[in-house]
Amino acid sequence: MKYLSEYRDPQLVGQYLDEIHEIVTRPWSIMEVCGGQTHGLVKNGILNLLPPQINMIHGPGCPVCVTPLHLIDKAVHLALDKGVILCSYGDMVRVPGSKMSLLEAKANGADIRILYSPLESLKLAQEYPGREVVFFAVGFETTAPANALAVIQASLLGLKNFSILTSHVLVPPAMEAVLNDETAKIDGFLAAGHVCAIMGLSEYGPLVEKYQVPIVVTGFEPVDLLQGILMTVRQLEQGVAALENQYSRVVKAEGNPQAVEVIHKVFEVSDREWRGIGNIPGSGYELRPEFRGYDAMVKFEVDIPKAPEHPDCIAGLVLKGIKKPQQCPQFGKGCTPSSPFGAPMVSSEGACAAYYHFQAVEIG
Amino acid sequence: MSAFEEKQSLLNWYCPLPQLDFDRILLGHGSGGLLTNKLLEAGVFELLNNEWLAQKHDGAILDLEGRMAFSTDSFVVSPLFFPGGNIGELAVNGTVNDLAMCGALPRYLSLGFILEEGFPMRDFWEILLSIRKSCALAGVNVVTGDTKVVERGKGDGIFINTTGIGPLHPQASIQSARVVPGDRVIVSGPVAAHGMAILSVREGLQFESTITSDTRALHRPVKALLDVLGQEVHLLRDPTRGGVATTLNEIARDRRLGVALEQSSLPIDEVVESACEILGLDPLYVANEGIFIAIVSESTAADALAILKTLPETSGAAVIGEIVADHPGQVLLKSRIGGKRVVGMLPGEQLPRIC
Repeated sequence: MKYLSEYRDPQLVGQYLDEIHEIVTRPWSIMEVCGGQTHGLVKNGILNLLPPQINMIHGPGCPVCVTPLHLIDKAVHLALDKGVILCSYGDMVRVPGSKMSLLEAKANGADIRILYSPLESLKLAQEYPGREVVFFAVGFETTAPANALAVIQASLLGLKNFSILTSHVLVPPAMEAVLNDETAKIDGFLAAGHVCAIMGLSEYGPLVEKYQVPIVVTGFEPVDLLQGILMTVRQLEQGVAALENQYSRVVKAEGNPQAVEVIHKVFEVSDREWRGIGNIPGSGYELRPEFRGYDAMVKFEVDIPKAPEHPDCIAGLVLKGIKKPQQCPQFGKGCTPSSPFGAPMVSSEGACAAYYHFQAVEIG
Repeated sequence: MSAFEEKQSLLNWYCPLPQLDFDRILLGHGSGGLLTNKLLEAGVFELLNNEWLAQKHDGAILDLEGRMAFSTDSFVVSPLFFPGGNIGELAVNGTVNDLAMCGALPRYLSLGFILEEGFPMRDFWEILLSIRKSCALAGVNVVTGDTKVVERGKGDGIFINTTGIGPLHPQASIQSARVVPGDRVIVSGPVAAHGMAILSVREGLQFESTITSDTRALHRPVKALLDVLGQEVHLLRDPTRGGVATTLNEIARDRRLGVALEQSSLPIDEVVESACEILGLDPLYVANEGIFIAIVSESTAADALAILKTLPETSGAAVIGEIVADHPGQVLLKSRIGGKRVVGMLPGEQLPRIC
């Protein structure tokens, strides 16, 4: 508990803010990659404490936001038409599919269970041997070890009625997609702290080298975020580009080798479609051939047409930081958290939802 | 024996489940015949006996005079039993508190059960015991009621409705129209305990520390406030489902005024706060069952707080914000670190974040 209060210390926050205000000389666009960091910035009201030259761009690090529409439709189909017990993390169930969200499917009779851990879905599979249990395995590298563990456990238990619907996405390829997009002008990155806690720092050095941008691995509490921003601004003002680790109390250079081992035992890197962005090569995880029996897409024949996104939804541009949510013509009008056109308006870490709540605050 | 001692002996006296020839609720228990009578005689009337229920009439004849408050609430909580209580306590305290929020002294309750076929008699008994205890502690009587049974699968064990009535405090003038800029927002105790207690027993969540529900009757602290401050108490609301944030948003929207909150003033137990952190839940939106929000005039806020802090039910009271003319219809929170954000209305249930 000490960590919570120390990293929320108003005095320390004030110190970092003062220094940022002192050293910044021109506009900088900094992307915080992780949705949890977006949440931290908004929740603590940090965005309007920063100097106006600092433009925080909310990155695509919201796994809920980038799960393809088609995959949500498949999940709904499995639950409603195939009668599986569909298990999901909480945030996913409100995201709209082309016809309905998982929550709406639940109201229509689907058996949807909101779980905190994939291991709970294993318990369900054991409790209901006559029913198929599918776990919607969404997330970045952070949730991959637990999902991998669930598959390993299922295999050890010899469970025949368990599978996962994989929607794993990886951060470094997404950052590279943003860096390669000429319309997205990002000067520096706050890398995702918990992703790096698992994977370590090795993938980020090459990005710094290739694109000459500062990357600072950052945590989630107010002091973390401000220290990360300060470290990035210092580099930018000095004209240097380096990889730094602000979140060193949690992130080690080598990450969590055991977790990485478990991931690689079960998953292999594959291409992945990102909702609103499109296909990014080598940006996802698929189950390895020896574990394909636990892949819900292999197990169940799901042949449903690919539905188009809502024509007015510009989520892709928002996720790459090219447009701000309030620049969307539908923002707050047709598209609101209770009637969203796309995922970023639904997820608590989505940029649109964050701005929907934040934008009314025009305070000095 | 004084009234207090009598109450104490009632509470201390353990009442075992009577010998019955049924251990589960059957459809027949709701159909009005012999089985219904068996259930009521052995269960409800055995525990809740008073002069009104003794009449076994279709309704209760009450002697009431003057302005009354009247309120109803239904209880569908799952799980039925949780640390700190069960649906029985909620059913009594919930309606008692709704009446208190009107500025009334709760006097009489009705009690309606919808039981699911197969519901264990042992659980029903325990809930009845809790109802009896809560009524005694609150000083209210259940004077009329109803019991229905639905087929297995058509209920969630037990649903309860209570409706209550009681005379308005002579000094009470509780209306949202009286809320004006400058008023102070007081919360009577730490937030989010009930919602987190419920979550903590749901499958898959095991905390090392037990979080207990804060369910309690609040009419005595309300009476204490009204006795001294009378009309300076502008509004009372209990932030049940949707938490403090939802209640304040409703007030802000209704009055087209703003609410300015100070995060550092919000009372919350450390264990509850940690549980919220782990699950990614915002305590402002978590349900409460044993606290209320009082909106009082600026000049009386210090006195109101002093009164509440002397009472056991409200010793953790705090001033958490103020009503303002700015940002009408919105609740704004100043975070511990000095930043500001909007505390909006949730579109639906609060769902824990993934990462």
